[in-house]
Amino acid sequence: MGPHHPSTHGVFRMDVKLDGETVVDLQPVFGYLHRNHEKLAENMSYLGSMPFTDRLDYFNSMTNNWAYALAAEKLVEIEVPERADYLRVIMAELTRLVNHVSLVGFFINDLGALGTPLLYAFREREKILDLFEQASGARMMCNYFRFGGLRNDVPEGWLDRARDVVDHFPVFLDEYEQLLCENEIILSRTQGVGCLSRDLAISAGITGPMLRASGVNYDIRKVDKYSIYDRFQFRVPYTDGNVGDCYDRFMVRMLEMRESIRILKQALDGIGDGPVLGNAPKVFKPKPAEVYGRVEAPKGELGFYLIADGTPKPYRYRVRPPSLINLTVLRDMCLGQKVADAVIILGSIDIVLGEVDR
Amino acid sequence: MSLLGGGIFKGMAVTLRNFVGSYFYKDRLTTNDYSWRPTDKLPQHAGEYPKEEGEQLRDATTVTNYSRNFPMLLHDGSEPMDTIRCVACQICERECPPQCIYIEKSTEKKENAGGKPQFYPAKFDIDVSVCMSCQICVEVCPFDAIVMNSQFELSTPDRFGGLLLRRDDLLKSNDYYHNIHPEEAAARDKRIAEEKAAKEAKKKAAAEAARKKAEEKAKADAEASEGTPDIQEDAE
Repeated sequence: MGPHHPSTHGVFRMDVKLDGETVVDLQPVFGYLHRNHEKLAENMSYLGSMPFTDRLDYFNSMTNNWAYALAAEKLVEIEVPERADYLRVIMAELTRLVNHVSLVGFFINDLGALGTPLLYAFREREKILDLFEQASGARMMCNYFRFGGLRNDVPEGWLDRARDVVDHFPVFLDEYEQLLCENEIILSRTQGVGCLSRDLAISAGITGPMLRASGVNYDIRKVDKYSIYDRFQFRVPYTDGNVGDCYDRFMVRMLEMRESIRILKQALDGIGDGPVLGNAPKVFKPKPAEVYGRVEAPKGELGFYLIADGTPKPYRYRVRPPSLINLTVLRDMCLGQKVADAVIILGSIDIVLGEVDR
Repeated sequence: MSLLGGGIFKGMAVTLRNFVGSYFYKDRLTTNDYSWRPTDKLPQHAGEYPKEEGEQLRDATTVTNYSRNFPMLLHDGSEPMDTIRCVACQICERECPPQCIYIEKSTEKKENAGGKPQFYPAKFDIDVSVCMSCQICVEVCPFDAIVMNSQFELSTPDRFGGLLLRRDDLLKSNDYYHNIHPEEAAARDKRIAEEKAAKEAKKKAAAEAARKKAEEKAKADAEASEGTPDIQEDAE
């Protein structure tokens, strides 16, 4: 299957061995979208690779920026102003809404509901992307974060518009849940399909909603408490780990959106005035050091590992992409399932090929 | 679960609500219909979505301030090449992540808007088919010479020459910049004025100090010269 199969979310190929319609063996083949991101970054100033991080997981440019900024800030110890931290949280949680809402849309699309749920999802996503455009100038390739803060403050009235969008989002979510969560077709297609056991998920290094759907309560926002996440009240949805099927992964994301809205409401209430860019040095030239900065991206743990050698360019630059590592269990989940199920299992992993291949 | 198929009926109700609702609430529209609009009335810049009579649009973006597409070069006065801000320092060329800028420095200096002899770019090409609109060039420019344009109707049948913007295509006046990014341009002009004032104050202070120093030196010299004959006399 692939690399241009519409259900593979990009250019991704699966070597599938079949017995009738049952998958006997499956081998993922990727690398079609390889753009040499890590080597490019090693030949570029630290700031120069910030716009390239947008293109890793092109649905969530804000969290990609954040992970990179977090790693670089560890290199030179920059203080991030409070307002910038709040705005970062707001942007990251909006990104999570964007990602989950479009993921669910695509997932249902893979199930065969062509168009309708996806268009509803994209309609809501577009409202958030409008917010991104107003703040950063671009819908998807935001390039908004800087070492020590943000590039610019949000324009006047932006916070009110954001509050408006956030307040209306639950209405859409209610409708969406009514549309999808009890639908018999979805239940019969997703329940018991693509089970991922708790032990396998842990040993394979799965992170994000997929890990939580397999029954592990692990969220870097809670574990690391990076930035100001310790100030917000929110829960981490996870299952009891008995099944870990596609439906669990779908539902964990639906519930996570509710929690994101909770965080967003608190952040929009708590944000104060102030500068948005800290005392970032004009020439970014860190001392030799090794750092690893990670955030809870919507797809899982996104980490940047940087080695500085005292020059304006990183000596080594490595991305830990959640999509690629979550993809490693594809074979185990697909064995013994039908071909049509392999498509939705891939959909429920939530990969973006820009991040898998880099 | 009570009734088999109940979930499907519930879902259908949602679809129906959205279908009927889309005629009354623009929040429920999934797409904006521009198809009826003649091509010469399409918006040219981000933020230019003039709503026409009877047109129902989902709230299209109102962004004007930070919208960005491709860079442009600023000049201050009416004659572009006499008042160009760029001094061909080539920082943007070096910092550009996808390396889409090509600059050739002029061989001789020419007076700029401030009346100061400066180099200028003999060639300044931006290949917009490579440019990824990241705005790094704007951030690194120490002369506020390059800023982002928001014009997006750039499609052309010629994919080589048509997408290679030359210096004269890129030159835009500061008024144009104020027109498309009012807040940002005002903030930038304010900052430039402040920096200029600070520079002038510093220059003034330096000149004052230099004058004082010169005066003191002259005094000292005078004293010294007054003293020297004595020394000379002594020497004699």
